[in-house]
Amino acid sequence: MSTVTPAKGEGPAPVSTESLAALLLAEERPPRPGALSASLTFGWRAILKIKHVPEQLFDVTAFPIMMVLMYTYLFGGALAGSPTEYLQFLLPGILVMSVVMITMYTGVSVNTDIEKGVFDRFRTLPIWRPSTMVGYLLGDALRYTIASVVMLTVGLLLGYRPDGGAGGVVAGIALLIVFSFAFSWVWTMFGLLLRTEKSVMGVSMMVIFPLTFLSNVFVDPRTMPGWLQAFVNNNPVTHLASAVRGLMAGEWPAAAVAWSLGWTAVFVLVFGPVTMRLYNRK
Amino acid sequence: MSGQTSGLAIETAGLVKTFGETRAVDGVDLAVPAGTVYGVLGPNGAGKTTTVKMLATLLRPDGGRAQVFGHDVVREADEVRGRVSLTGQYASVDEDLTGAENLMLLGRLLGHGKAAARKRGDQLLAAFGLSEAAGKQVKQYSGGMRRRIDIAASILNTPDLLFLDEPTTGLDPRSRNQVWDIVRAVVAQGTTVLLTTQYLDEADQLASRIAVIDRGKVIAEGTKGELKASVGAGSVHLRLRDPAQRPQAEVVLRTVLDAEVKPEPDPVALTARVGAGAANGRGAAEQAARALAELARSGITVDNFSLGQPSLDEVFLALTGHDTGAQDTTGPHDGATGPHTKTIGPHDDTKEGVAA
Repeated sequence: MSTVTPAKGEGPAPVSTESLAALLLAEERPPRPGALSASLTFGWRAILKIKHVPEQLFDVTAFPIMMVLMYTYLFGGALAGSPTEYLQFLLPGILVMSVVMITMYTGVSVNTDIEKGVFDRFRTLPIWRPSTMVGYLLGDALRYTIASVVMLTVGLLLGYRPDGGAGGVVAGIALLIVFSFAFSWVWTMFGLLLRTEKSVMGVSMMVIFPLTFLSNVFVDPRTMPGWLQAFVNNNPVTHLASAVRGLMAGEWPAAAVAWSLGWTAVFVLVFGPVTMRLYNRK
Repeated sequence: MSGQTSGLAIETAGLVKTFGETRAVDGVDLAVPAGTVYGVLGPNGAGKTTTVKMLATLLRPDGGRAQVFGHDVVREADEVRGRVSLTGQYASVDEDLTGAENLMLLGRLLGHGKAAARKRGDQLLAAFGLSEAAGKQVKQYSGGMRRRIDIAASILNTPDLLFLDEPTTGLDPRSRNQVWDIVRAVVAQGTTVLLTTQYLDEADQLASRIAVIDRGKVIAEGTKGELKASVGAGSVHLRLRDPAQRPQAEVVLRTVLDAEVKPEPDPVALTARVGAGAANGRGAAEQAARALAELARSGITVDNFSLGQPSLDEVFLALTGHDTGAQDTTGPHDGATGPHTKTIGPHDDTKEGVAA
């Protein structure tokens, strides 16, 4: 065989140019994958990355547990008489808050990944262009699901009892994940727009803190000054928290659900195209 | 076989790309015949990678036009993408994934079913001698292995045109030879290869035609023979035992070789160009041998002798009258043609930032 022989006992096996030649005698190229297939393949890539670096699940496990415990016992006694009482109100809200906060890591991972050589390869493939980004978000949707399940479990252990039962809880989490998937397009945009990981983190914090804290997650907005109510009542996170809270309590919060889905559509329709424009120009 | 054996794989006219004030690519015209290896030779910052990126649809040209198999790289980018593969300067694979996962991922993205993607991936890993490393993350691979998995990923679907951007920069000689073997096998099956390199030696080994590029412009283009004839066949490097004999050695060499002889900074070293001009080019080794014999007869002791191909620096000096300025990757090249006044330091051919 025509091979390049390496020195004994070191390095990988030699290259076999003969079997290579046979492989290059290409059969017909398969048809290009569809948009969904390509997106799912990139989603699979995201899951493989979780498999190889499981530490990155820290932010969807330890962080949410900390959030539930911290706010339940910090505010519970003062705001609702007891932590268990407060938890009935807080859990859906803190769930929304934590998952929406976790979405910002999407921007960081896009930003660090995009500089790597593999992106040049992805961008020379004849595939549906947004599938790379959609793949990220599909992988992230899995992370959001893990975070939701972890928080719900902690909540149930601490005494949270959703009146909506399993159906209401599943509906609430599903809405939260759909919203977060759409909201993540904001971060993909920043991930492509900003030059460094640090600046992505910085900008994300600036956006995420007011957006999550200035909402109805912790308290009823009626106690707030008027100008603040104006912001809080029109904050997408408030709409989402009301919807999830209602669904989990066994109600049908039609307006809040409609608002949440409306925001979902806006995020995808505005930030999706902006992201893709930046991606194509990168 | 979808590769064409006639016609042009790449045709560009007046291709321009500017980054701010810098004209990274400044009016490049290329005509790459299909089914051949075409070498693009130049120092760092000459515009090689930028040119490749425009041809591979990664960058939008600011001027001129470029066609790949008759398809415009901007207007018909998708057509072009269906026929080319790119292996960048750094590994164009996902370093967090294993070799097998990378090939599976790309196989799926190219439209193969799961079973077909796995089969093709396994076959490629075997052919590239990477079966044992298939389950390891690519970040644990050596530089040579990375290059191989990278090229394997590029030929999952046999491309009509393969871009290899400095495929051997930073590799040890054994890995480099393996990459060369792979390139030869790829082109033997009808794929056109556009190879960029900083090494004349590499272009000489692989390419049938070579374009020399400097500061965003093609400064010479032709077959290997034409290019070499313009530069001379090579250089003789000598180290003498006794520095006092150097002036005498210089005289002997000049007489025998009828060529320019240059004393090196090292007091015992001498360099002479041999075979300058097409007529003498053939007999460089004989000339060198005669020179050695003549030195011995004159009682001059030679400790070390080598006959080398002209370096890229020498090619550049011959073609442009200035050195490569290889360290200068970011400086504003304004495209002026005046002499380049960079300090000539020891030339360092290794490039930073390769496969760390």
